[in-house]
Amino acid sequence: MIQIEDLTKTYVMGEETVTALDGVSLSIARGESIAIIGPSGSGKSTLMNILGGLDRPSRGRYRFEGDEVAHFSDDQLADFRNRRIGFVFQSFQLLPRLSALQNVELPMVYSGAAPRARRERAAELLERVGLGSRMGHRPNQLSGGQQQRVAIARSLANQPDLLLADEPTGALDSATGIEVLALFQKLNLEGLTVVIVTHDRGVADAARRRIAFRDGRVTEDVRT
Amino acid sequence: MSGASPTEIVRFASGAIIAHPLRSGLTSLGVVIGVAAVVMMTSIGLGAQKRVTDSISGLGSNLIIVSPLQPRTPGGVMGGAGSGQSLTDADTEAIQRQVEGAAAVAPSVTGGAQVTADGANWNTSIIGVTPEYLEARDLTIASGRMFEDRDARQGRKVAVLGPTVVTQLWGDADPIGKRIRIRGAPFEVIGVLGSKGQSSFGRDQDDLILSPLETVRSRIIGRRIKADSVQTIYVKAASEGELASVQEDIDSVVRAEHKIQPGEEDDFQTQNLASILEASKAAIGAFTVLLAAIAAVSLVVGGVGIMNIMLVAVTERTREIGLRMALGARRKDVLAQFALEAVVLSLFGGLIGLAIGLLGAAGIAAIGDWPFALPTWAIPVALGFSSLVGLVFGAYPAWRAARLDPIEALRRE
Ligand SMILES: Nc1ncnc2c1ncn2[C@@H]1O[C@H](COP(=O)(O)OP(=O)(O)OP(=O)(O)O)[C@@H](O)[C@H]1O
Ligand SMILES: [Mg+2]
Repeated sequence: MIQIEDLTKTYVMGEETVTALDGVSLSIARGESIAIIGPSGSGKSTLMNILGGLDRPSRGRYRFEGDEVAHFSDDQLADFRNRRIGFVFQSFQLLPRLSALQNVELPMVYSGAAPRARRERAAELLERVGLGSRMGHRPNQLSGGQQQRVAIARSLANQPDLLLADEPTGALDSATGIEVLALFQKLNLEGLTVVIVTHDRGVADAARRRIAFRDGRVTEDVRT
Repeated sequence: MSGASPTEIVRFASGAIIAHPLRSGLTSLGVVIGVAAVVMMTSIGLGAQKRVTDSISGLGSNLIIVSPLQPRTPGGVMGGAGSGQSLTDADTEAIQRQVEGAAAVAPSVTGGAQVTADGANWNTSIIGVTPEYLEARDLTIASGRMFEDRDARQGRKVAVLGPTVVTQLWGDADPIGKRIRIRGAPFEVIGVLGSKGQSSFGRDQDDLILSPLETVRSRIIGRRIKADSVQTIYVKAASEGELASVQEDIDSVVRAEHKIQPGEEDDFQTQNLASILEASKAAIGAFTVLLAAIAAVSLVVGGVGIMNIMLVAVTERTREIGLRMALGARRKDVLAQFALEAVVLSLFGGLIGLAIGLLGAAGIAAIGDWPFALPTWAIPVALGFSSLVGLVFGAYPAWRAARLDPIEALRRE
């Protein structure tokens, strides 16, 4: 599904340049479950952002289903994020003024889904993550774990090909974190390709493939 | 590929506005004041124009007014109309004889005096005229008769009274044949004018006494003017089509009569209703535009207020913008959302301002006994302008929002 070749990302900050990714090559197949680990600053988030079409590489190739994502226009990238990618962030990133249901509807608003169909699908997704009784609640009326489950429901709204989660349990206590990870596992078993960045060795071991980063390079890529 | 529908963008934009009602209200206030001021000024200006039109039309149709004008003094100062005594009976006669198409030529002099009768007294104006005055000024006789040339020649002290004078002196009683004293001299009342009511300036057009020209000149005004001097000559053109040619003819006849050489300044002026109307309308129109332009400045100030708050909103909601982009919002979706938010704020202010402006104008019209003019075009223009203000001043903040980098935006606290 994904081929990355010699992917490099450098940031120029005044005099010095920071190399966040340094010639990364790897490929991801449909249905894989991947854990990305590595010390802070090793380039994990940078890779995730490029994979998700939020950022563009400085050099290298990123092919998604045969399309060269680096050549996409801004609008194409927006649609790519909207249809192909589901994002789950460490800090949930829910809109505080909207209810859980409305938050889940958001990606479908930008894909132009009809209001009714959109609402039904959002309700069904919240049902699936176990929040059927919390649809009208606002984020500040939900626990951290519940908020992250709303965010996961949202990431699934447009039936993405790839789910990207950057430290999705980083803001949760360990018990809640385990629940959320179980949800990812379930989704993967249903056939969704899942990439999770984590600091948790246990989580990493549970994934079927583990990629380790250091200083912007892949130091380990193993299937367990 | 379809993006977010316009209704959804409107929903997002209004959602943000409703989330901060006080702030949104205060932001709109500038536009409220601006639009209210523009609407009010325009409405008052139009009302003034209407009133002037009415009052000038009330002077009589096809009327040309000839009045003295002091020639430019060496210092360059020009005397106002009526300040000179250049017009005489000879001018009246010349116009009567030489100007074709003059249906009525009516010289007049005006004086003020106290009138007493049967113990009552009243201050009014005494106008010395010839019988043709009635036709020239579109006046009618309600009872009795108008004096004739014969009365004038005989220097008879007869008077035709305006209805107000009658009411003030006798109430409802029939005044025909009664005696009145003007400046001590006895006059016989021979007629009463039909009522013309109030002019739209609020002046009572029925508060006057007509008396033969010669009588008024000698008895009322006396030595203050020359014996053959007249103040104003009213000339009624036979038809509207002849108005211009009659006016030109009067000009040349009076110039010849006054022996004014080509190139020399006139010592009189002729005005017709149309030109007076046009001149006053133009003056009021220019004044209205000026007032509206000043008011429009506050609309710009309102726009700056909107821009300011929109810039704050973009900064505050950077993370929201980043998130929307991450979830698939295109740059134009973000642009539209924020631009629309500014437009809605401004349009909302415009609607309220329009209501306040119209109410204010109606209130002023009611208090000042002023005709209320509701310019229908002002409604779409006011709303169009306020939308435009929102669009113009919302464009930059919206562009800033759309230009944000999604990752940077998401990371922002
Ligand atoms: N916008 C930026 N400007 C400059 N340097 C950046 C920027 N974003 C990331 N970097 C640098 O790129 C490197 C990789 O950052 P990245 O966020 O990918 O690390 P990470 O592996 O996700 O770390 P963590 O585990 O702490 O989240 C770091 O050295 C970081 O300082
Ligand atoms: Mg990171």
